[in-house]
Amino acid sequence: MSYEEDGILELKDLNLPSEERLKKGPTAIIECIENIPCNPCVDACPFNAISMEKITDIPEIDYEKCTGCGTCIPVCPGLAIFVVDVSKEKAVITIPYEFLPIPEIGDKVKALDRKGDIVSEAKVIRVKENENKTNTVTIEVNKELGMIVRNIKVMK
Amino acid sequence: MRFIEHPVLEFKKKRGKKISFTYNGRKIECYDSETIASALHASGIRILSKSSNLLRPRGFYCAIGKCASCIMTVNGIPNIKTCMTLAEEGMKVESQEGLASLQNVKPRKGKKQKMETEIAIVGGGPAGLSAALEASRYNKVVLIDENYTLGGQLIKQTHKFFGSKKQRASVRGIKIAEDLCEEVSENKNIKILLNSSVIGYYNEKGHNLAVVKDNETLIKLKTEKIIVATGASENTLVFENNDLPGIYGAGAVQTLMNVYGVKPGDRVLMVGAGNVGIIVSYQLLQGGIDVLCVVEALPKIGGYNVHAAKLRRCGVPILTRHSILKAYGDDVLKGATIVKLDENWNPIEGTEKDIEVDVICLAVGLSPSIELLRQIECSTKYIPELGGSVIIHNKYLETEIKGVYTAGDCSGIGEASTAMLEGRIAGLSAVLSIKENKKVENSREELINDLENLREGPFGERPRIGKEKLFKVVK
Repeated sequence: MSYEEDGILELKDLNLPSEERLKKGPTAIIECIENIPCNPCVDACPFNAISMEKITDIPEIDYEKCTGCGTCIPVCPGLAIFVVDVSKEKAVITIPYEFLPIPEIGDKVKALDRKGDIVSEAKVIRVKENENKTNTVTIEVNKELGMIVRNIKVMK
Repeated sequence: MRFIEHPVLEFKKKRGKKISFTYNGRKIECYDSETIASALHASGIRILSKSSNLLRPRGFYCAIGKCASCIMTVNGIPNIKTCMTLAEEGMKVESQEGLASLQNVKPRKGKKQKMETEIAIVGGGPAGLSAALEASRYNKVVLIDENYTLGGQLIKQTHKFFGSKKQRASVRGIKIAEDLCEEVSENKNIKILLNSSVIGYYNEKGHNLAVVKDNETLIKLKTEKIIVATGASENTLVFENNDLPGIYGAGAVQTLMNVYGVKPGDRVLMVGAGNVGIIVSYQLLQGGIDVLCVVEALPKIGGYNVHAAKLRRCGVPILTRHSILKAYGDDVLKGATIVKLDENWNPIEGTEKDIEVDVICLAVGLSPSIELLRQIECSTKYIPELGGSVIIHNKYLETEIKGVYTAGDCSGIGEASTAMLEGRIAGLSAVLSIKENKKVENSREELINDLENLREGPFGERPRIGKEKLFKVVK
């Protein structure tokens, strides 16, 4: 099934940075592959790493400029931006989070894939509560899950 | 049935004072910031009326005064839309079976008033508010809305908007509504008539509107120009028992949750995977409500993938080529049967599945509310891409009747960002027809250009094609 039929993106649908770039450190991954009229990520990037000619273009990341700072995450109306760092022993993933309860640093949460299936446990290592209520949560999971995990479930 | 906490909304301040009223003799406790229908729902009352012929139970359906499911007798006055009427301390509310008789109602003495303006705007949603702000820079404006608050359906859009900085992309709809309403309320050139219905148009040496304010004052409003921005109403779907209480329009569910902080139920079946269906599903999850699945008869998801993906990664299945076969329950909804469809849209035997739900949410499109424009005798054309019958207008939002303009969903179904742009264009068109002004003309051109840009790309195709078809028939 394609993402148009079930909503689930697969790695082949995405424009991902090279293995070499991933080894260098954190980078934003924009999972926005349709020509929708939207461009706040372009304005948000402090390093001018995201570009778009027309408002309906797909955002393009210059992975050499992107530092993985995550400024773009809470700005994206589609909650489609993540920051992934697979350069160390564990994968560190930052996700947008608009649910309650908001986890705390050190909490163990469930790590979910793009289908919403629980694929592992994750440790929360950073939480940023943003004014616009799209908070960002950074978790640590096993390295091979860096491109798999895209959501968390916080147990009450 | 009320949210105690919510990840995006803050209800504590908004809810106001605790009050109580009686419903069929029973004491209902609620807040003075909510409607009677919302208060009843929060108290667990799901049957609001009975249909007039078959006496079938009717529940909360549209929440914005477009259907008649919630009419009741309030303080002795029958046929009151309780979804549009604020609860008041000590009110006496009684349920009705169908339409009640007016025979025993003592008529109240109303008031009469005359009013004049340069531009009258009907509808205070995103299009009407934007039109008012532009028009008021040059002219006197009267803005009329039948609700007790401005903002239209923008006040329940808790998601962040798309578009560019100019269109306030990345800002939540609720915040845009708050800002627009504040700006309009503070503007000395705009007179706001809330709780006011336009009950008719008549031409007597120019345009006149008959407006009833607060159910007691009849206002004769003489105006040079009229902008109609009356929005749309939600479509329903034909299936067995589609009238059971517990079956709501998606917009009604949003109103309950995001305006009043009331939970529609606990387990939801969403019908329709356009942007509305997917966004409302996500908002239900944010309220801690289970969405069992989204069914969509089309072979592909209609909404943006970014919306679908964020719902999917919360574990909600989106089933394309699936539909609802029937709903069941005695007086209120207990469950639904969904089914897989073949390539010719026929249910595939043996794929029926029963699911236990207390809410079915219908997100199956909208139809433009063009009643007033038709009464003004603006001509219409049926354009499926724009949601049905729409009023013929050009790119300046001028209708075929001189001095009458339209904007937003009532001019063809779109979304709030384009409605706001259309409102601004219509506002400036009205200004220009009163007095020529090169500067205004240039800003209008710029707005038309912005609107065209937003409708580029595959998702803008339907409104783009629809509007092109429409512009061709303008005389």
